[in-house]
Amino acid sequence: MARPFTPKVITANDLIEGDVIYFKADDSWTRDLAEAELIVDEAEAQLRLLDAEKQNISIVGAYLADAKAGEHGPEPVHFREDFRRKGPSNYSHGKQEALANV
Amino acid sequence: MYKYNAFDEAFLAERNAQFRAQVARRVDGSLTEDEFKPLRLMNGVYLQLHAYMLRVAIPYGTLNSAQMRQLALLAEKWDKGYGHFTTRQNIQYNWPKLNDIPDMLDALGEVGLHAIQTSGNTIRNTTADHFAGAAADELTDPRPYAELIRQWSTDHPEFQFLGRKFKIGITGSPNDRAVVKAHDVGLRMVEQDGEIGFEVIVGGGLGRTPMVGKVIRDFLPQADLLPYLEAVLSVYNVLGRRDNKYKARIKITVQENGIEKIRELVEARFEERRGEFDGTDQELLAEIKTHFTPPALRSGSTEAYQAAYETDPVFRAWADTNLAEHRDSDHAIVTISIKAHGATPGDASAEQMRVMADLAQELGYDELRISHQQNVILPHVHKNDLPAIHARLKEASLATANIGLISDIIACPGMDYCALATARSIPVAQEIATRFDELKLEHDIGHLQIKISGCINACGHHHVAHIGILGLDRAGVENYQITLGGDATETAAIGTRTGPGFAYDEIVPAVERLVETYLAIRTGEEETFLETYRRLGMEPFKTALYPEAQKKVA
Ligand code: HEM
Ligand code: SF4
Repeated sequence: MARPFTPKVITANDLIEGDVIYFKADDSWTRDLAEAELIVDEAEAQLRLLDAEKQNISIVGAYLADAKAGEHGPEPVHFREDFRRKGPSNYSHGKQEALANV
Repeated sequence: MYKYNAFDEAFLAERNAQFRAQVARRVDGSLTEDEFKPLRLMNGVYLQLHAYMLRVAIPYGTLNSAQMRQLALLAEKWDKGYGHFTTRQNIQYNWPKLNDIPDMLDALGEVGLHAIQTSGNTIRNTTADHFAGAAADELTDPRPYAELIRQWSTDHPEFQFLGRKFKIGITGSPNDRAVVKAHDVGLRMVEQDGEIGFEVIVGGGLGRTPMVGKVIRDFLPQADLLPYLEAVLSVYNVLGRRDNKYKARIKITVQENGIEKIRELVEARFEERRGEFDGTDQELLAEIKTHFTPPALRSGSTEAYQAAYETDPVFRAWADTNLAEHRDSDHAIVTISIKAHGATPGDASAEQMRVMADLAQELGYDELRISHQQNVILPHVHKNDLPAIHARLKEASLATANIGLISDIIACPGMDYCALATARSIPVAQEIATRFDELKLEHDIGHLQIKISGCINACGHHHVAHIGILGLDRAGVENYQITLGGDATETAAIGTRTGPGFAYDEIVPAVERLVETYLAIRTGEEETFLETYRRLGMEPFKTALYPEAQKKVA
């Protein structure tokens, strides 16, 4: 039996800022993983990746990352994506810094 | 130090203008990322996990105070107020915006710095002994040769598209502080019949297939340096594999063809190339050497130093660990630790950079060095100025007395920044340093080098550490492998794996068990960790690391 498909989000880096961005259901980008579109179908994931790559003029390196549904939206499965969502652990920089400033 | 002439300045300005235009074309959509990426990499611009990263070369690790101040300015104006000094005598900025990078490069150009060939399959920044020009054991200053190599290799058309990156390291002393045996080409100054030349070592490297370089030429007269290097590179350019990125470094070329065959080919090519050199390189070298005339060292009493050494235990502890022998007995080489316990190894704030620049300008003949150990060096300090320097370093949290000790850890950026990482390395370094500081054991333990990499690429030199730590991803969790017995000096050796890895929260206790074992079994204080390991081998350490496995066998 084929392995069950792990849900995905599409993520990339912003061309100018270089920071982590996520693809939303309305084809725009967000800096908050919880607002990303969670894609649960494998074929759909490939199509959505093509949609995302249409915006390659302003993003870099879009890819599908494993994610799971959480209470407030998609959550990371792997620790790498968890770091990308928050920022480094040695300083409170990156996304965690922006959050601390709200 | 080397000062740019009009040609160098024009070249750099032109190069920066090109890059500015390339960024503009990427932003307006005329260039795709696939087209832009090699261009940005040629200018030291990477994209990491959270942001771009700009890698700036510090050629042969040498800076003056104006350059250090400019690095501080970049950190403050376009980054988050700090910079990260790396094992390859570079500084990395972790948070620049793409639009700002051309301005950053122009600002660097104002003080003769650049980011050219800090990336890509080219000849990278040539690294040198960080005590160059000052060390008591040095035959001659290797930096003019490193500068000659830089000028020859920068934009050299034959070597812009090598099979893989190519790193050259050079030392002017028999004691190797530049890890030359872990470079694609290592150059070690030696003396033969009163003449100074190079022992040429080839095929060293770390990464996924670590290797200690092999001697390809016992003695190369110094005048033959460039033709010989061209011969090595040209043989590599032809024989080196391009079918497999992981087999593309010259270490594999040497391994697959054998050092004898490589030597034969290089010698033959060298004969051809040598004829093409008409002496211009030697004229250039002579000109370069005039930029490296040693500073006129002042003389005078060292009483104030002696007095402070005898009366101030904090100063004494610092002097005992952080000073090295200068060729002039009234002077010392100061290593400033940028590894306060619990801080990120290699990071310095803009403010700290300015303090170091001021000290260099006022009391250090305007010279600074960056070491591959990720520390900063004041190469020439009159001993009587040491108490004042120590006091000012203390105010800037730069007076940690830990050079060569267990908390003087090399750590690569790891998963906190690097897109290639499989695990974090910085927090492991922070926790080890904090733990041994709490235990107040570090001075008892003595000389012990821990080096940590966040993936198999080994940027943190873990293979040549006394205790090496490699962070891996095992089924979605961080896992750390330990190697023992590596050596980064002239007796270079690759460490041996102890066995299964350790989870993130087990790695610091595992290191603690290794150190406890060492303290229990060493013959005395003068036997270092590495010596104990060499005397007794892996077994006692394995027993300490894997008590469960031992029980099962018993
Ligand atoms: C974050 C950006 C970085 C990237 C993408 C990167 C990439 C790599 C890669 C792919 C290799 C393996 C090369 C090979 O074996 O062919 C490597 C090796 C190495 N890198 Fe990095 N690295 C980064 C940061 C650093 C830093 C921060 C340092 C210095 C602290 C460094 C120093 C080295 C060294 C010393 C080696 C091993 C020596 C050798 O070339 O064999 N790198 N790096
Ligand atoms: S060793 Fe790996 S994780 Fe560390 S900087 Fe190099 S590529 Fe990144």
